[in-house]
Amino acid sequence: MIPSSFEYVAPTSVEEAVKALVAGDGDAKVISGGQSLLPMMKLRLASPGTLVDINGIAGLDTLEEADGMLRIGALVRHGDLERSALIAERYPIILDAAQHIADPLIRNRGTFCGSVAHGDPAGDWATVAATLDAQLHAVGPKGAVTHSARDFQTSMFETQLGTDQILVEARIPCPKPGQGSAYLKIERKVGDYAAAAVGVMVVLAGDTITEASIGLTNVGPLTIHASAAAASLIGKSIGDAAALEEAGRLAMEASDPASDLRGPADYKKDLVRVLTKRALRKAGARAQGQEA
Amino acid sequence: MSSKAQITVTLNGEEHEALIEPRTLLVQLIRETLHETGTHIGCDTSSCGACTVLLDGRPVKSCTILAVQANGRQVKTVEGLETADGLHPVQQGFKEEHGLQCGYCTPGMMMTSVALLEENPDPSEDEIRKAISGNLCRCTGYVNIIKAVQYAAKQQQGVGA
Repeated sequence: MIPSSFEYVAPTSVEEAVKALVAGDGDAKVISGGQSLLPMMKLRLASPGTLVDINGIAGLDTLEEADGMLRIGALVRHGDLERSALIAERYPIILDAAQHIADPLIRNRGTFCGSVAHGDPAGDWATVAATLDAQLHAVGPKGAVTHSARDFQTSMFETQLGTDQILVEARIPCPKPGQGSAYLKIERKVGDYAAAAVGVMVVLAGDTITEASIGLTNVGPLTIHASAAAASLIGKSIGDAAALEEAGRLAMEASDPASDLRGPADYKKDLVRVLTKRALRKAGARAQGQEA
Repeated sequence: MSSKAQITVTLNGEEHEALIEPRTLLVQLIRETLHETGTHIGCDTSSCGACTVLLDGRPVKSCTILAVQANGRQVKTVEGLETADGLHPVQQGFKEEHGLQCGYCTPGMMMTSVALLEENPDPSEDEIRKAISGNLCRCTGYVNIIKAVQYAAKQQQGVGA
């Protein structure tokens, strides 16, 4: 299978890339890893007139902490996050997710920002970004624009990113003292999308939950930020089984899965309930320095 | 109609120039333009790993990368494994441990294994299973493939010691 014809542009700066997108007049797409875009182009589900390849732009592979934020540049691959000592030490939710995205070969090519920009509710990184309240920094013809990861996706494969904008970097707040996080995913086999997955972040003062955030993957038409479930945990003890059960129930209520080859909707909803509780316990243990 | 792109790709140490349509996939460039047919097209949907090659040393699926994206870069395929000293230890391993039946997945499986041993010369069985989890074999059940990688790891360590 071969994609339909397109013009190919390989700019060496973000400015040039934006110019190419503007020249494409709504029919140009950015390609970084291409692990979602190329399969769609081969199936002719996508036929952009122009591909703007950003792989030759220097400085987009930043993966570092600066000014209280973790910066993930547009060319940081899933495998870079999986192999990063900084991620392993400070961002367990990112390591959890990185190890279970697609397969090792795809992880060597696909990127964090590309996955988020793809706007697929099955994408793991959009959930992680929403859970960690990431800021998504884009550049367009009018300059820099910042989007919140929590309302970035507008419908299936649609985001707030303009057709003339490039998502150049995701910025995630550095972990606070007492913070723990986890990402749990049920997949039928390596390389499949999640039947359901849940991302969790908590901040503890002693045993008391002072901040919480919960994100859900592939259980609705959008990436879900389960804010009511997270809010129900504030002031509760991480050891309070009834509070965790209630958060699981509320997360389940926030989900809206469809029955498909990965299972019936009822099963997926129950997965959300169970995975939320498990992820909260895991994040809590990590917050308290007991790796679980 | 799109304009053609002039690219330079180093395949197995040898520099090649090609004038190609931008929509040409890397695996097509390798097989149809550069005539190295050891790299197989399996599923053509990024699921099976039969088309695995090393791009700047990292294993990737050549059916899901554009050939123009390999411009100025190093590509290594199964043809690049054998040297004047003979078969690569991974190739020896697949031969000695019978790590193949039909052989269709083998070139991709070996490229992934070569990259694993570069990064981790003494992998555990679990690490081998994880590393080849993007490469599907429908004949062997993987047992002999894992033995083949373990054989290669021992060979390479023996040579290095």
